Amino acid sequence: MRELNMVKAINDALDVMLAVDPDVLIFGQDVGYFGGVFRATDGLQARHGQKRCFDTPIAESGIIATAIGMGAQGLRPVPEIQFADYILPAFDQLVSEAARLRYRSGGEFWAPITVRSPYGGGIFGGQTHSQSPEAIFAHITGLKTVIPSTPYDAKGLLIAAIECDDPVIYLEPKRLYNGPFDGHHDRQLATWAGHPGARVPEGRYTVPLGKAAIVRPGDDVTVLAYGTMVHVALAAVEETGIDAEVVDLRSIVPLDIETIVASANKTGRCVIVHEASRFGGFGGELSSLIQERCFYGLEVPIERVAGWDTPYPHAFEWDYFPGPGRVASALRRVMEND
Amino acid sequence: MANRPPLEFHVPEPPARPGQSASFSHLVVPEAGLVRRPDALASAAEMRDLPFELIRVLDGEGRAVGPWDPHLAPEFLRRGLRAMLLTRVFDDRLFRVHRQGKTSFYMKSTGEEAIGAAQSLVLEPQDMCFPTYRVMSWLHARGYPLVDMVHQIFSNARDPLRGRQLPILFSARDYGFYSLSGNLGTRYGHAVGWAMASAYRQTDSLALAYTGEGSTAEGDFHESLTFASVYRAPAILCITNNQWAISSFAGLAGTRDSTFAARAIGYGLPGLRVDGNDFLAVASATRWAAERARANKGATLIEFFTYRAAGHSTSDDPTRYRPGDEAEHWPLGDPIERLKQHLIALDEWDEDRHAALTSELEAEVRAALREGEAIGTLGRSKPPLSEMFEGVFAEPDWRLIEQRVEAGA
Repeated sequence: MRELNMVKAINDALDVMLAVDPDVLIFGQDVGYFGGVFRATDGLQARHGQKRCFDTPIAESGIIATAIGMGAQGLRPVPEIQFADYILPAFDQLVSEAARLRYRSGGEFWAPITVRSPYGGGIFGGQTHSQSPEAIFAHITGLKTVIPSTPYDAKGLLIAAIECDDPVIYLEPKRLYNGPFDGHHDRQLATWAGHPGARVPEGRYTVPLGKAAIVRPGDDVTVLAYGTMVHVALAAVEETGIDAEVVDLRSIVPLDIETIVASANKTGRCVIVHEASRFGGFGGELSSLIQERCFYGLEVPIERVAGWDTPYPHAFEWDYFPGPGRVASALRRVMEND
Repeated sequence: MANRPPLEFHVPEPPARPGQSASFSHLVVPEAGLVRRPDALASAAEMRDLPFELIRVLDGEGRAVGPWDPHLAPEFLRRGLRAMLLTRVFDDRLFRVHRQGKTSFYMKSTGEEAIGAAQSLVLEPQDMCFPTYRVMSWLHARGYPLVDMVHQIFSNARDPLRGRQLPILFSARDYGFYSLSGNLGTRYGHAVGWAMASAYRQTDSLALAYTGEGSTAEGDFHESLTFASVYRAPAILCITNNQWAISSFAGLAGTRDSTFAARAIGYGLPGLRVDGNDFLAVASATRWAAERARANKGATLIEFFTYRAAGHSTSDDPTRYRPGDEAEHWPLGDPIERLKQHLIALDEWDEDRHAALTSELEAEVRAALREGEAIGTLGRSKPPLSEMFEGVFAEPDWRLIEQRVEAGA
């Protein structure tokens, strides 16, 4: 089977959906003729025409408002926000409108939109090209939040998101676009070539929203991660030799609570890893859920490994980034704490 | 340098506050019939004078004059009058119902009834309006069942919005009425998106957006105008300038030296400034903009110049910030009275028929209220608790299912 990197897999998902569903429209800043600053929409306008994939003004709130109005009439817009750091001007539209429309209208109107946005650090992007805002969306009931970690999942989850009748925030870990980055920034960087997750079938397929993947089965400790941190966690597990079970959540809303609880009950230990800063991060919710449901099965306190509670710092990128060393330390702590 | 006066920090004030005499002397109210009516398909660049005019059709004697006279049939005018009067009667009655403690909140459209009524009747069934809370006459003109409004206002077991939404923040898709929200201005861009979808799908459904003059200061307004202009969206973008946003006068939205309609010029859109208390002028301007939109000439911005004759809501007391009798001095009169006088001048209406219609509408509203009260007023009846957990997503996830059980629903 052919191999694709993640950005090409996303491009392929958009290409497939433009071909199979005339209600799908793609728009955002620089996405049309140019094909996007990360090339995610490369060639789509040429293949499907200007009316299917087009450029927008630099107005994030306007982009999302437009998408909601289109969605209310029956289209399935897939707007792009160029960096997740720039999504905040559209926050009111996402929270007060997209997430609430079905509920407040008694089911008369809804917003079947998929907002794609590259997120996360590791690219020396400084404060405004590196943040991980997933927790603020997870807190908004009515929104779904999806984060892939492989090209295969990226395509299947994106198609599932576009076909979903709820608004979906689809966050693309941009550090994974070109390879399964494991946090070892000072080593030779891997590409997706030869990675099993880079085998991407042709045509339409879906990966269901709300279904986690056990990417490494294990018995001793559960590691919960998503996006880039899945690969960082795998590296840390490899380097410590600890028999950890690594769970890739794939979507945080809806959340696959069954897989999480089953794994935590099996191992009795849990390390939660995310790139976003720790306080108020999604790890807090995961930790509470496990405490509520698995307390008597836990051997040791739950550990969180996350970005520090600072803005994303440029020069200190690798001090901030929760790399494999910090994850490994957490793994060792939960194993020592018998 | 030494002689230069110090910098002045300017905070604008309305012409009159409580205790002062109401004054609209700063307003220039031209005679009806004077403003030119360009061809609806003409270039926006050829009509940059219009945002500074005031399109009026009804003159002081109730006659329709000038090029904007829409020549509406008497039957059409009577339907408009009925919708406006029903809105007034319903509002007055429901306001009292709130004072009796039967609901939590109410907002009246008093003085602004011509806008929603005329536009509702002029536009087509497939067109969609993106309302504010002060255009209820749109629904009344289209015959939305009064009893369903009452159920919604009581949030009772028959509430079509299932107890989830504040009173009068309706949604009525079959009546061309998009879901209302308490956030100001946020649906302006939805209207533009809707219009773009209509153009893409070729559905011939125009979008009609409303915002108040106060919320033209929101970014939503400006981003929407940019999108409407860039993509030539078939939309009619309305500003109901009723002079007051709760206690903030229109000058706080930044038009002391301009008009709201003139915002259109910078976006390359036509801007019309229309007497919002003149049913014929509202209908005519709307027809003009609709013809233009359906001919792929894009959006029009229309400022309806009107006056919020009542308080902002049941929670507001306007005598705290404006002269108590200000409404009586409003120079553009009352929209219902003006249309009534026009029909009488046409010999198509009289005081007896008007009184009979008023009684008939009062009876209709009373009947709807009785029916609503029989189901229950706020707190005495409500939809099943399970409705609280429905409609968050297309299908509830495990959290909502678990919480529904936890809540005993």
